[in-house]
Amino acid sequence: MSGSATAILNARLLDPARRLDEPGGLLIRDGVIADVGPSVGGAALPEGTQIIDAAGACLAPGLVDMRVHFGEPGEEEKETFDSGSAAALAGGVTSLALLPDTDPVVDDPAMVEYVERRARRARGVKVYALGAFTRGLEGRQIAELGLLAEAGTVGFTDGPKPVMDSQVMRRGLAYAAMLGQPVIQRPEDLSLAPDGVMNEGAIATRLGLAGIPNAAEIIMLERDLRLVALTGARYHAAQISTEEGVEAIRRAKAAGLPVTADVSPQHLLLNELEVEGYRTFAKIRPPLRRERDRQALVDGLADGTLDAVASDHRPQDQDEKRLPFAQAAFGAIGVETMLPVCLALVHEGTLSLLELIERLTLRPAHILGLNAGRLAPGAAADLVLFDPDRPWKIKDSALRSLAKNTPFEGRLVQGGVRMTMVDGRVVFREGDPA
Amino acid sequence: MMAVMRAAADLRFSERHLLGIETLKPWAIQELLDLADGYVELNRQPEKKRPLLRGLTQINLFFEPSTRTQTSFELAGKRLSADVVNMAVRTSAMQKGETLIDTAVTLNAMHPDVLVVRHEHSGAVALLARHVECAVINAGDGRHEHPTQALVDALTIRRRTGRLEGLVVAICGDVMHSRVARSNILLLAAMGARVRLVAPPTLVPTDVALYGVEVAHDMADGLDGVDIVMVLRLQLERMEGSFLPSVREYFHRYGLTREKLARAKPDALVMHPGPMNRGVEIDGTLADDIERSAILDQVELGVAVRMAVLEALTRELREAA
Repeated sequence: MSGSATAILNARLLDPARRLDEPGGLLIRDGVIADVGPSVGGAALPEGTQIIDAAGACLAPGLVDMRVHFGEPGEEEKETFDSGSAAALAGGVTSLALLPDTDPVVDDPAMVEYVERRARRARGVKVYALGAFTRGLEGRQIAELGLLAEAGTVGFTDGPKPVMDSQVMRRGLAYAAMLGQPVIQRPEDLSLAPDGVMNEGAIATRLGLAGIPNAAEIIMLERDLRLVALTGARYHAAQISTEEGVEAIRRAKAAGLPVTADVSPQHLLLNELEVEGYRTFAKIRPPLRRERDRQALVDGLADGTLDAVASDHRPQDQDEKRLPFAQAAFGAIGVETMLPVCLALVHEGTLSLLELIERLTLRPAHILGLNAGRLAPGAAADLVLFDPDRPWKIKDSALRSLAKNTPFEGRLVQGGVRMTMVDGRVVFREGDPA
Repeated sequence: MMAVMRAAADLRFSERHLLGIETLKPWAIQELLDLADGYVELNRQPEKKRPLLRGLTQINLFFEPSTRTQTSFELAGKRLSADVVNMAVRTSAMQKGETLIDTAVTLNAMHPDVLVVRHEHSGAVALLARHVECAVINAGDGRHEHPTQALVDALTIRRRTGRLEGLVVAICGDVMHSRVARSNILLLAAMGARVRLVAPPTLVPTDVALYGVEVAHDMADGLDGVDIVMVLRLQLERMEGSFLPSVREYFHRYGLTREKLARAKPDALVMHPGPMNRGVEIDGTLADDIERSAILDQVELGVAVRMAVLEALTRELREAA
């Protein structure tokens, strides 16, 4: 008899893999889910089982965030593996993929090993490395994709930088297709808005800020989709922000292309009006768009055109944000607030709780080839227990990230994480000091 | 009786030029290989000279530098008693198109009997051939064809294994930019061998399946059970332009090592057109072993094959004289 059995009873079980939303319990033994379902509990539990009473709260697979940037190495003052891991776990995120745009860049197998070693030492959230698509993220020469894949990457991307050169993109896609890993691109034709800082339109005109047109996204996305058709590579469009972008992904999927896409909580919940007053915490790339774009993103997430919600967590400190808008850095933190912010979509009735959980767990796990996102016997006990209704106010001072650049500061949200488990170990409990 | 003799004569090599393998019938390839076999023996004698091409003029016109191929053609011509002239042309000094034709017209006025031409652009040798009255041998045009090298490779294989039909041949490396690979694919397919290309997707030409070849991106899988391993030379400038990430990754995935070679048949023959990049497309110690065997064979057979081609292309001319 194993000595490390834990049971979570009286929970609302949410398993997107089996499309299951029902009351029940879950038994964990040696860090692995041993049993799950309505019948778990009572006399059938092994002797000495530690019982956690969920009191009706939701129990779901831990969130999988496929787009995260920590400052380490290179900008440890903004975020470290330790602070970032704490923030993720407080947000119910148990697996995350780190972008390669650190200093140095993750374009060498030794850097992949560094990320894995450093993440193990932080002992918290499961960290997966995304490898650079081009050497030095310069867009000129494909990185050692084969060696990176063997070192353990889960995908290739130049992070925030789109690959502008079509020939490099084509050859890189062809090469990555051989390796079976997705190429992740944030589509934007940079030449259309070299000095753009917000959405192009009436508000940018009034504020006197240079705009980034929707066309910048759609031109690059359409180019990439043609190259995907040519090469057969698995392509993931990150951070779709426009109505036309959603439509292009929808068409590509209908045509049978191996394409997936994600969207951020920021783009799902906020629009360009947030920039009013030159609020630099609302300065992100792609920029917050018009309300009709936001609506299209929500519809795209609801109908499955957009597969995943990804935080695009990018810590920026005061030095980078307390500047005139045009000079301030792009980016927002989000790994800790992703779940409560997105629950607004459930409360307003746009998509079901189970659908939202799927977009936050199973789908991103599937895109990256991770064995996560399901409540099934044999799966690692990476779990989040959350109350979907509890109202609270997002306060930057209470967030665990070192940098506090959240565009949701002061926002009232409904729903909070009570407990997070990784491999059956409680790694966050509501009320833990930040 | 007459009819039978005529049929036999028709089945002799009767091409005016050798511009590529593409236009050759299998029996014509067979005939060239048989002729070359005879010259291999001749070349091993102290007295290597034959008067076959006496009085004929052969001009080697190389727009692209080459030592091995040019020397091989020069020796072949001289052993058959032709008057051989080498012309190295620096393309930088020439304009394209019209001046290539000008060169052809000028040379034609000198009444050569055979022109051996190498050019950096695909199709340039065929263009030149349309403007001269003599036989033209393609010694390599761009990334199009290098027919005599394919014949050398075929003869090497045939002498080692006794056949071409039914063999499984892996051609490994930069197929995209290789004229040797194109000629080899055509020749081996014509002779009934099965060809498997082993290369990253970035170095496999589009729609190459139309040639009836298989493609493998994993080298160990690609070498599984093959009789012959042909390793292509990797031009290091392929590291530019994102065809490949780096030399180290190329060697890791596509460098021929004993480990990868273990998947081929135990007596598999390894070939390389030379010169080899050790530690790039082939492991250094493996290269040493192979250099002692098949690769030197390939050089020896080169002269014999080119003598065979010269004999076949000048046959009508000699018989008319």
